[in-house]
This record gives sequence, structure tokens and C-alpha cells, in this order.
Amino acid sequence: MSQMRHDAVLLARDAEGLFWMARYLERVENLARLIDVTQSFESPGFETDAWFGLIRINADEKNFAARGFSPDATHVKRFYLLDRGNPTSVPCNLEDARTNARTLRPLMSTEMWRQINMFHRFVGQITPEDLEGDALSRLCTRLKDGVQAHTGITEGTLYRDQGWYFYELGRLLERADQTTRMLDIKYTAILPKGREEKRVAELTQWNAILRAAAGYHAFKRRSRASFSAEDVVHFLLRDPSSPRAVLLCVRRAESHLDDLRRIYGLTAAGEAIEMAEYLRELLLEKPLGHILATGLHEYLDMVQIHIQQLASAIGRGFFRDWRPADPAAQNQTQGPAEALA
Amino acid sequence: MNELFRAIWPDYDPGRYFCELTRKRGGAGPVPDWLIQRLGAIGLEALRARAQAAETELIDLGVTFTVYSDATAIDRILPFDCIPRVLTAAEWSLLERACVQRVAALNAFLGDIYGPGHIVRDGVIPAELVYGNANYRPEMKDFPVPHGTYVHVCGIDIIRDEFGDFRVLEDNARTPSGVSYVIENRHVMLRTFPDLMAGIRLRPVDDYGRRLRAAMSEIAPGGPDDPQVVLLSPGIYNSAYFEHVFLAREMGVPLVVGADLVVEDERVFMRTTGGLRRVHTIYRRLNDDFLDPAVFRPDSMLGVRGLIGAWKAGNVAIANAVGTGVADDKAVYAYMPRIIKYYLGQEALVSNVETHICREPEGLRYTLDNLHKLVTKPVGESGGYGITIGPRASQEELAAARASILADPGNWISQPMVGLSVAPTLADEGIGPRHLDLRPFIITGRESWVLPGGLTRVAMKRGSLIVNSSQGGGSKDTWVLADDFAEGDGK
Repeated sequence: MSQMRHDAVLLARDAEGLFWMARYLERVENLARLIDVTQSFESPGFETDAWFGLIRINADEKNFAARGFSPDATHVKRFYLLDRGNPTSVPCNLEDARTNARTLRPLMSTEMWRQINMFHRFVGQITPEDLEGDALSRLCTRLKDGVQAHTGITEGTLYRDQGWYFYELGRLLERADQTTRMLDIKYTAILPKGREEKRVAELTQWNAILRAAAGYHAFKRRSRASFSAEDVVHFLLRDPSSPRAVLLCVRRAESHLDDLRRIYGLTAAGEAIEMAEYLRELLLEKPLGHILATGLHEYLDMVQIHIQQLASAIGRGFFRDWRPADPAAQNQTQGPAEALA
Repeated sequence: MNELFRAIWPDYDPGRYFCELTRKRGGAGPVPDWLIQRLGAIGLEALRARAQAAETELIDLGVTFTVYSDATAIDRILPFDCIPRVLTAAEWSLLERACVQRVAALNAFLGDIYGPGHIVRDGVIPAELVYGNANYRPEMKDFPVPHGTYVHVCGIDIIRDEFGDFRVLEDNARTPSGVSYVIENRHVMLRTFPDLMAGIRLRPVDDYGRRLRAAMSEIAPGGPDDPQVVLLSPGIYNSAYFEHVFLAREMGVPLVVGADLVVEDERVFMRTTGGLRRVHTIYRRLNDDFLDPAVFRPDSMLGVRGLIGAWKAGNVAIANAVGTGVADDKAVYAYMPRIIKYYLGQEALVSNVETHICREPEGLRYTLDNLHKLVTKPVGESGGYGITIGPRASQEELAAARASILADPGNWISQPMVGLSVAPTLADEGIGPRHLDLRPFIITGRESWVLPGGLTRVAMKRGSLIVNSSQGGGSKDTWVLADDFAEGDGK
């Protein structure tokens, strides 16, 4: 009979670290996707509007103004791809992901750690030239590649105990949130006046969003020859099979929470499970026609708020207890005493 | 000097120093020729390319330590030299026994000074050196520890002089670090130099984690047969954080920080996703001062309130025990040969470097009269800080050292300048001699076990005698040849 332990425990702090590491990296991939799609939204004379739309859908207006940037294409790109002073930038997200990875080293595979280190170094070497012209799209591709390599390595090497569930929860919630933002980009997009030009431009924009959400081909297979805005929104919000659809992410999160309760006996999952159920109902309850008529942007806002509430419930259920009273405690260093003397 | 080596690397000149690779040893047996042949066959250019690959690998894997200076923290890898340092089976046999002897004496000494105090009453060591020592912890008085073991993990710094004799330079009985490099260096060598290592039987180094966990289980308070062991780290900002991760992984136990632990009813628990879980043994990599704000530094945010209370109630084991710092103090070090004799009735198998204690009048006089010949060290520092090397110091530096010693003689010792042994090392000029030392690691629960080899630290700068990582030192893989190290002729 095997002597292996069946009751391996997970520190609350590590559960939170896994949750956030996954979120930070998922955010990097989605930022790259959003930037790539924004570039294709540039229409002559309206470049600034297209790029500033990115700031708006990320609710970064204050943050952007505080950095003293002017709202033009160059500065928006720098803000997200180069600016270490912006906590929502790619370099900052990667820095945070790596800091989390450092605390999680005892739980992570060596391959995961190695790839994050190398990816972190790549992101640290992004230059202003990489943001120009056709180089930008290549950069976005490499950023996506980096996160996808991470995701793949994690899939193939991370031990699937409790920790994996928390990692997955972080990734799913972040992805759901980001897909709502991708849809929202349409809200800020500028359309031409003429009827036919407007129809063509809208089609182009929806296609670009579908591409950004990696759903273009699947959508074509599923939809009729002439599709409507409603079809695209349905696909990104409610498709049960699209990996970036909000509903699929929420359903999987719900099932993971259920496993945590069932397999690992974590009864604290209860509140989060209820939140996830509610969010799922919210996604399905109203006809899309009604949502589009009353305002997609407002609806997406509400979905985002509920995703955030689900994340908070997970925090309350599992992560809360470890936090030191004074956050400065995390920064106290021990000095050189234990340097390799 | 080995003729074969001279033929391959004609510019290599260890001078008057003992060379670990090329010097013929008397009874200990030589380093085999075919090893030198293999090194030669690889050639300088390939050595450089592979060394580069090895360093890249270490960076990618984040095998780093952190250097703090001017309020900035920099992650560095410990420079790795790919030419191994070789110990023969006979050399290792002596060092292994010497390490076990030394740890036995350290534990006996600690049990005595925190107990009856015979050694002080018998006048073997001055009372003020023990009870007046900043690292003596009155809290430990008359508190028995399992198996009489205080120093569960010990690192002993050993050097080799011009004559090839080993000597102990320093004991590290608090939270010695560096063992992770021993194991990582071997892994890197196995990946980067399979041709160099093919068919050679070396004493393995990968048993360390299992041994450490076994020792930590042996000292757990009675009851569970599978006690919960944790490693307590100051966190990711500590310079040795990588090693903490490494050891937690090798042992297969959680790496915790102070905030993960809580004491209730004199029992220690960790905070998990499923609530509080009991902890039985803590391998701590935190200095005494930081362990428990209720007992030691009240401003410590790294430790656990109530931890010492739980320990004294017998509900948790802490390794190393509190208060071991009094035994590895540089002033107490001078008495180690007498301490070994007192408790074990034996001569030290590997002797100390001759040491002059400035707190004693004759030691002070001798030190001040011979400052230009001596190495002076503050007793309370580690990491090579505050050292003055007399023969290499300027007049100003000597004057500064004199002033420091006179201001506080009790804080200083001096030792003759020992010509540390050298080994061929990849350098700008090609293959050059570089000075090195050795830190074997000893784990003690019920009994002592010595990790074969240990950490070889090498001064990467030409002529430098300071091997500390914080001062630009690097490391080498340390090979202990098994008795039957090669089948046939090893080719």
C-alpha cells in the first residue's frame, strides 16, 4: 500500500499567489490582443480616438493623466508597453507575475519558473522602436506567444492539486473580464457617416474583435452567411464552446469551486459558488436584443462588477486569513546577515 | 606539479600555493591523470563556451542571491567555475570525521553552557566570553533539546595551507547557507560536461533534502509519525531566498513566512485554504533576533508572536536551536581545540588556524606588534566584512585597523596570513590559479551526517584571498571521488 500523503495542505498565501500570477499573465496576453486590435481600428484622422478608447475600456483615464502623458497614439502605446510607472502596463504586470512566481517557486515546476524568467527578460528589453509601424504587431504576437507558452507549460507540468484550481480560477476570471472589455472596444469605436461605408466599417470592426478574441474562424463556422452584431455578442458572451467566451469561463470557474468544496472539503467555497451561479444567470437571463437596445456598455459594466465580486468572494473564502496587519511587513528585509557568509 | 597538466597548460603556475588539481599528494592518492587529459581534450575555447552556457542556465533558472547596496537590490548568480575541485577518498574521509567531531563538540559545549556550565567552572574558557557574549541567550538556560542537538545544520569553513594541511577557519552554527549551490552546481556540471564526468564514480550530493527532512522529523515533539515540517524564511527579499525555496522543495515541505504562522494555546499553526493546520518542526532561516517579537526584537515583523513560548512548552521543535551563535563566535573559535579535548577527550582531527585573541593582553600585544603580517577580523561580523589583510594593506589601512582594535580589543582576533590553496580556474588570462576554501555541511538529528564534499568557494579575482559571494567570490563543483571512482582506467 502506498505511503503517499493524501492531505497535502496549501498555504492561503500561496493560493492567493497562484490566483494572481495567473491573472497578471492572462492580462498581458489580453493587453497584447487589445493593442493589436486597436491598431486595426485606426481610421484616418481618428487615430487618437481609437487609441484613447483603449484607455477608456480599461478605466485607466486617471492613471494615464497622472503619468502626464498626452492622449495620442504614441503615448498610449508607451503607457501600456513600456511604462513601468503604470501599474497596468505589460512590464508591470510581468514584474508582478514574476514576484508572485518567486514566492510560489516551491510549488511551481522548474520549467514554469524558467520560462517566466526568460519572458520577463524579453519584456524588459522592449524598446520604443518595437512600438512603431509593423513592428508593433510582431511585438504583440511575441507577447501572446510568451503567455501561451506559459499556459502550455503550466498545463503540462503543474501538479493538479488545490493550487492548480486557484491558478485556474485566476486565469478564468481575468479572461472573462478581458473579453467583456474586448467587446466594449466597439462602444468607443468611430464609424463613418455614409450608410454603406458604415456597414462595411462595422463588419470590419466585428471581425477584428473576433480575431482578437481568437474566435474568428469558429464564429464563421457557427454563424449564418450574413451575421448581425447580436450574433457576435452572443458568441463572445454566451457561446458554450469558445475558450474566451464569458459564459464558458464562468461555468468552468463554478465547476472548479465545486471541486474545491467536494474534493478538498473547503466549505468556504460556498459564498463564491453562489456568486458564480448568479453571474451565470445574469449572462443568460435577458434576450441579447434587449441588451443591445438598452446599452451594451452598461450591461458589460455590470458583468465586470459581478466578476469582481466573485473574485472578492474567493478572496474572503480562502486568502483572507494570512494577511499581516501591516503590509510593510512584507518589505522588511533581514539585511546581509544571511548572505553567503 | 603534474607533468601532463604542465604539458597541456604550460602557463599555469600555482607558485608557492598548494594546487588542488595538479599537486601530487602523499598518502591521499593523486588526482587521476585521465581527468586532466579529459579537461585538456575539451580545450580552452570549448571550456569558455560551455562555461557561458552554464551561467546562462543558472540565470534562466533564477539560481541567484541578492546583493544589497546603496538601497538597491540586485539579483546575481554566484559566478560558477566549471573546472571541478577534486577531493580524494582519503582526504574526504579525514574531513568527514573532523566535521562530525567538531559538531559533537559544539553540541556538547552548548548543552553545557546552557546547563551546568562545567567548562566555565573548570576554567577552560573565560566566563565573560560565554555569558557576556552578545549571542548567549539566557532564555535557553536549562531548556533541554531533543538528542542534545542544538546545531542541526552546521557549515564548517575549511582551508588548505601551503603544505597541503587542512585547517578550520570558521564554524557556522546559526543558519549557514550555500548548500543549494552544491547541489545545483552538480546538476549544471552533469548537463554541461557529460564527457568530463562519464564513468567516474563520485559521492552523490542529492540526498541532502531527504536527510534534512529526516533529521527535522527526528526532533519533532513526540506523537505523530509523520510530523509537519516547515521551512521558515524571511521571504523573497532575503538574499538567500533561492536557497530557502530549494530546500523546501528538496524536503517537500511548505515554505512559510512569519505571517503564515500563528500560535494558539502554545501550539503553532499555519494558515491554509482550509483553516489552521498544526506545525511540528520549524527549520528556520531567520536569525534568533527576529524569531519572536514577544521575546526578542519587538519590531520584528518577520517572526511569530509566541513562538518561543510554544517551543518551551515542548509543542514545536526549532532548528537550529536558539542561542547557537555563542558557539560559532570568532572569539570562542579560538578555544575550539580545547573544547574538543574537554568534551571528547580527543585532539582535533583538523586543527584551527592559529588565532590570537585581542581580549587577552598577550594576544593584543602580539597582534599590534605584527599587524603587517596578520589578518585581523572583527568577531561579530560575517561575510568577510571588516577584515584587514596586513601584508596587503596600505599604511593608512593598517593605522585604521590599529585604531579599531584599540577602541574595542574584545571585538578582534588576528590570524597569520594563510596561503590558501588554489585550483585551476577559467579566467581572462586562460587557466589561472585561484584561491579557494571548502564549506562542508553537517546535518544532525540523532546522529550526524556529512554531505559529501560541500561548497567550494573560489576567489575569482587574481591573487584575491576573499572567497565570499558578497565580495565577488564564485563557486566550483566539489568532487569527492568514491573509493572505486573509476571502472578500468576511467576512459
